[in-house]
Amino acid sequence: MDIIKAENLIFEYKRRDEDGNIESVERALDNVSLDVKEGDFISILGANGSGKSTFAKHLNAILLPTEGTVWVDGMDSKDEDKLFTIRQTAGMVFQNPDNQIIGQVVEEDVAFGPENMGIPTEQLRERVDEALKTLGMMEFSKKSPNRLSGGQKQRVSIAGVLAMHPKCIVLDEPTAMLDPAGRKEVIRALRALNEVEKITIILITHYMEETIYSDKIFVMNKGKIAMEGTPREVFKRVEELEEYKLEVPKITLLAHELWKKGIDIPECILSDKELAEALKKLV
Amino acid sequence: MFKDVTLGQYYQADSVIHRLDPRVKLAGTFLYMISLFVFNNIICYLVSAILLAVVIILCRVPVGYMLKGLRAVLFIMIFAVVFNVLFTEGDIIWEFWIFHVSAKGIKMAILMVIRLFLLIVSASIMTLTTTPNRLTDGLEMIFRPLKIFKVPVHEFAMMMSIALRFIPILSEEADKIVKAQTARGAKFDSKKLTDRVKSLIPLIVPLFISAFRRASDLALAMEARGYHGGDGRTKLYPLKYAARDYISYAVLLLYIGAIVSLGITFSRLTAFLLQFFAGSHLGTVLFWLF
Ligand SMILES: Nc1ncnc2c1ncn2[C@@H]1O[C@H](COP(=O)(O)OP(=O)(O)O)[C@@H](O)[C@H]1O
Ligand SMILES: [Mg+2]
Repeated sequence: MDIIKAENLIFEYKRRDEDGNIESVERALDNVSLDVKEGDFISILGANGSGKSTFAKHLNAILLPTEGTVWVDGMDSKDEDKLFTIRQTAGMVFQNPDNQIIGQVVEEDVAFGPENMGIPTEQLRERVDEALKTLGMMEFSKKSPNRLSGGQKQRVSIAGVLAMHPKCIVLDEPTAMLDPAGRKEVIRALRALNEVEKITIILITHYMEETIYSDKIFVMNKGKIAMEGTPREVFKRVEELEEYKLEVPKITLLAHELWKKGIDIPECILSDKELAEALKKLV
Repeated sequence: MFKDVTLGQYYQADSVIHRLDPRVKLAGTFLYMISLFVFNNIICYLVSAILLAVVIILCRVPVGYMLKGLRAVLFIMIFAVVFNVLFTEGDIIWEFWIFHVSAKGIKMAILMVIRLFLLIVSASIMTLTTTPNRLTDGLEMIFRPLKIFKVPVHEFAMMMSIALRFIPILSEEADKIVKAQTARGAKFDSKKLTDRVKSLIPLIVPLFISAFRRASDLALAMEARGYHGGDGRTKLYPLKYAARDYISYAVLLLYIGAIVSLGITFSRLTAFLLQFFAGSHLGTVLFWLF
């Protein structure tokens, strides 16, 4: 079964004046349909304002569709009785690490979600330790989040979601405020979660480099799904990607230019290593 | 400039006092403070001081560190002394213009200093030995009965703990803004009051905008993690009384009993004895003691 399924999803932000009359309507999602298989690592790429965050908020029932339907693990997101089950099934990690950590101590922050679920105290302890260990943050469990690096803070946020035992984790630009080391740290953690814990990952980002390991990429543009496919299928459409204001990795660009010039290398190259291999074969 | 904000500062150490239930500490500190105001004689203060000394020894916080907190209230102390000495009515020892120094005034001033000292040290022991978290948990539990009067106790506790989490973040941000605005020529350390007030506006406006942005982000994150108020919420560290907490309550009761009986006995006794010995040396001794 699909863990996430969106069908003809439309969402409009309505701005109202003082009398409650609609002043302006902004269509942030325009007929989005998409399926995510359980256990997949999915990336959603898109420039600023393309509707990524709006879409992400639908997966957690923070926003409800204006038209169309979203199913999370078979539950309709409009079903109010299922609200907390949906939020537990599809956990959410946001961009700014400081603004999503609630606890004053790492372990207490990780416990926040399960506490809301009413998990008994003994099991809380287990869940918190397990989540912190999985993210490699156990040694910081009694520390103040303020003392951690950005990457570590995001790992705490991920642990906080993991402790709720979700089937799927949605991350809305979790690396946008991090330095390159922190970004790598977070992506590595996500890949491990996907491979070892078999948790479905939906990574929203505008850094294309971060998506090369995903099973499938969706590219959004102006509220629509503009492209979809495996990283190779998507990355080779360089001109299109640039049209959607995405920054294609330099190595892919370089290889693409070489390929266009008629040099005998694969059309799509994702990493330095691949290019080196391909070039080695030539000589 | 703002880094020194240390609200709810906590000193980590492994002691019985640290491990006490926050409710015991809250109730204890509260009753202790009240006890300092009920009677006004040296014997009672002596008993209070002994109890405090025992707690200080038990809590393993360096005394020097503890006394640092006193510096902040030194000004209030001096003010209290001067005020008491100069303006208390009584048998005048020395007079000047509208000021009159009396023996009673001096006695009041001394007692006031002792009282303030005990008050502040006892309050700081509570914050030094209790994490802000446990403190808010304790407050939430203590005030929980008020829920029947529709007082949003859980919400207040949550607000307090979030405020405590964001104070260091916002003060760091304020520091950054000050630096950025100083670089653009704002006069934060100008001697002129108008300059300083004016310079606050470019600090406060961005700080408020950022605080609101953070608040809305945080609300979203809390909602996404299934927060729906205090009902049905469990706790990683639920408050549970242990033997040491019951013992502490017993000690507290004993202390209150001692203070009340000593206070009543001595105030009666002195009043009685002073009738006979007023003016004599013994009378003077009694006056200073009780
Ligand atoms: N709260 C809001 N009110 C009105 N319009 C909004 C709101 N949030 C986003 N939008 C608009 O919706 C569009 C999509 O925004 P968003 O989903 O945040 O994009 P992304 O996350 O890809 O940057 C943008 O044009 C944005 O201006
Ligand atoms: Mg966004």
